[in-house]
Amino acid sequence: MTVVEDLAVPPRTEVLPRGMGRRERWLRRLPLLPALIYVVVVTQIPFVVTLWYSFQNYFWDQPGGAHFTGLSNYKTVFTNPTFRGSLVRSVVMTVVAVIVAMILGVALAVLLDRKFFGRGVARTLVITPFLVMPAAAALVWAGPMLDPNFGLLNYLLQPFGVHHVAWLSTHALGSVIVVMIWQWTPFMTLIVLAGLQGQPAETLEAARVDGAGALATFRELTLPHLRPYIELGILLGSIYLVNVFDAVRLMTNGGPGTSTTNLPFYLYQQVNNAFDVGGAAAAGVVTVILTIIVASFALRMFARVFQFEEARA
Amino acid sequence: MTTTTTARPGPRGVPRWVGNVGWAVLAWVAALAFFTPVLWMAITAFKPESAAETWPPQFIFKPTLSEFRLAITGMGPFLTHSIIATVGSTILVLLLGIPAAYALSVYPVRKWRDGLFFFISTKMLPIVAVIGPLYVIALHTHLLDSLGLLIILYTAMNLPLAIWMIRSFMLEVPNELLEAARLDGAGRTREMGSVILPVISPGLVSTALICMIFAWNELFLALNLTVTNAATMPMFLISSVPQEGLYIAHLSAAALIASIPVIIVGWLAQRSLVRGLSMGAIK
Repeated sequence: MTVVEDLAVPPRTEVLPRGMGRRERWLRRLPLLPALIYVVVVTQIPFVVTLWYSFQNYFWDQPGGAHFTGLSNYKTVFTNPTFRGSLVRSVVMTVVAVIVAMILGVALAVLLDRKFFGRGVARTLVITPFLVMPAAAALVWAGPMLDPNFGLLNYLLQPFGVHHVAWLSTHALGSVIVVMIWQWTPFMTLIVLAGLQGQPAETLEAARVDGAGALATFRELTLPHLRPYIELGILLGSIYLVNVFDAVRLMTNGGPGTSTTNLPFYLYQQVNNAFDVGGAAAAGVVTVILTIIVASFALRMFARVFQFEEARA
Repeated sequence: MTTTTTARPGPRGVPRWVGNVGWAVLAWVAALAFFTPVLWMAITAFKPESAAETWPPQFIFKPTLSEFRLAITGMGPFLTHSIIATVGSTILVLLLGIPAAYALSVYPVRKWRDGLFFFISTKMLPIVAVIGPLYVIALHTHLLDSLGLLIILYTAMNLPLAIWMIRSFMLEVPNELLEAARLDGAGRTREMGSVILPVISPGLVSTALICMIFAWNELFLALNLTVTNAATMPMFLISSVPQEGLYIAHLSAAALIASIPVIIVGWLAQRSLVRGLSMGAIK
């Protein structure tokens, strides 16, 4: 049973037995309340405070504390090319990383689903990048892997005419995205692999008996079966990848210039280097509003899939 | 999946085993390609610094533990903080998440679907957007640079996903088991304790594992909200990297030490990890 189907599956007992009493309703609500209150308090209060600071002039390093400035922080945000640039970069990094990781993930999952010598070990090796601490991954890629003078990548690419490329200066954005893809492909592989293993063998056997080619079987049967898994992977991957900070901070520090500055890193800089709490808060509010727009589309897309599954079930 | 009949010729008359070997080789090449950076980190960690920074890179050298010895000096407090923050937040996630998942699956509240979407939607709001105000709040509540703060935030960070996972495991509890318990006159508390929890315990292990991985690896909040009293392993890793001079072997050793607990646990509990990530898709 997949999570997607789970959502469509009506829960165990009837959701609303006729005449469900007040007591019963509260009895059911009670276990939910602690988590609900916790999440509301911890995640929503900071947003309310952020909203408040976005109308304040507040710099860490200046005496006098916060005072009201109206919309001036927002004016700065919308006229600031660095903010717009980092917004675009965030979108590009997330979209490219998620799509490439998913394509590689499907390919790897198909490879690892077949029986072959040492499959268990090969699977273990493939999932390892996901387990490496992102900060460690960023530092290891920046140093031992990509260093222009003694990095392993330049050595491995030497036969292809690559000579001491300073990847983090010349291909900074690409390098950061490669590390994101490297860490998240295993995640996609695991989810798709779970989908492949849930595919009924009889269907595939029937297709083969009917003389369907491997490619046609994959396109007509396997991919539609994998769709909810792929969507789950894309949703979860996007949620984590849009917040990527470690790789940017530790590999390029947002540079050269602002060429790898994404939103998380920009906001970090506003608070830590520019000491501009008000400006960062306004940028944060704009970020949140944009995220809500994108997320509501994502959620609606998923809700549609659940409805679809429900209708079929 | 299609290897049962090895003698049968494949398309275009190529013997099937040739194709199979080809696929196996391809799978191994891909697996090794993905593993190479990890392997290189491990190899470099055992080099003396002078052997780490050479061209061409050295593959044969006299392994040494000297960089590990250098790297672990002063690691103690960071390690303790990481363990407390990781374990503490995971326990809190389970304490809050199990009842919530129960209220969204077994005896569901009326708007269980809205509840599920509310939880996952909080994951979509970027925490980075509120980091400045979060700092101010932590300052005023005297939680800045404390493990309590990290536990609170890591719990909020992992709780939504955990609720989704635990719920999917609860839905898989066979109806017959629940009905049998009800016929025996078990109340809801006993039903939970003696039927549901034992059945979903492997799922709970998976959930805990995934929460621990995310908490252990978290850097952004730790970097912004802690200094010394609650600095975690990712902070140790960053602070232990020398800013100048030869550092590649030292860095690799520190990175390996910081990553190795999660790597080993992930390797050992691979099946459990898959079960959690696919949210119960694999039995």
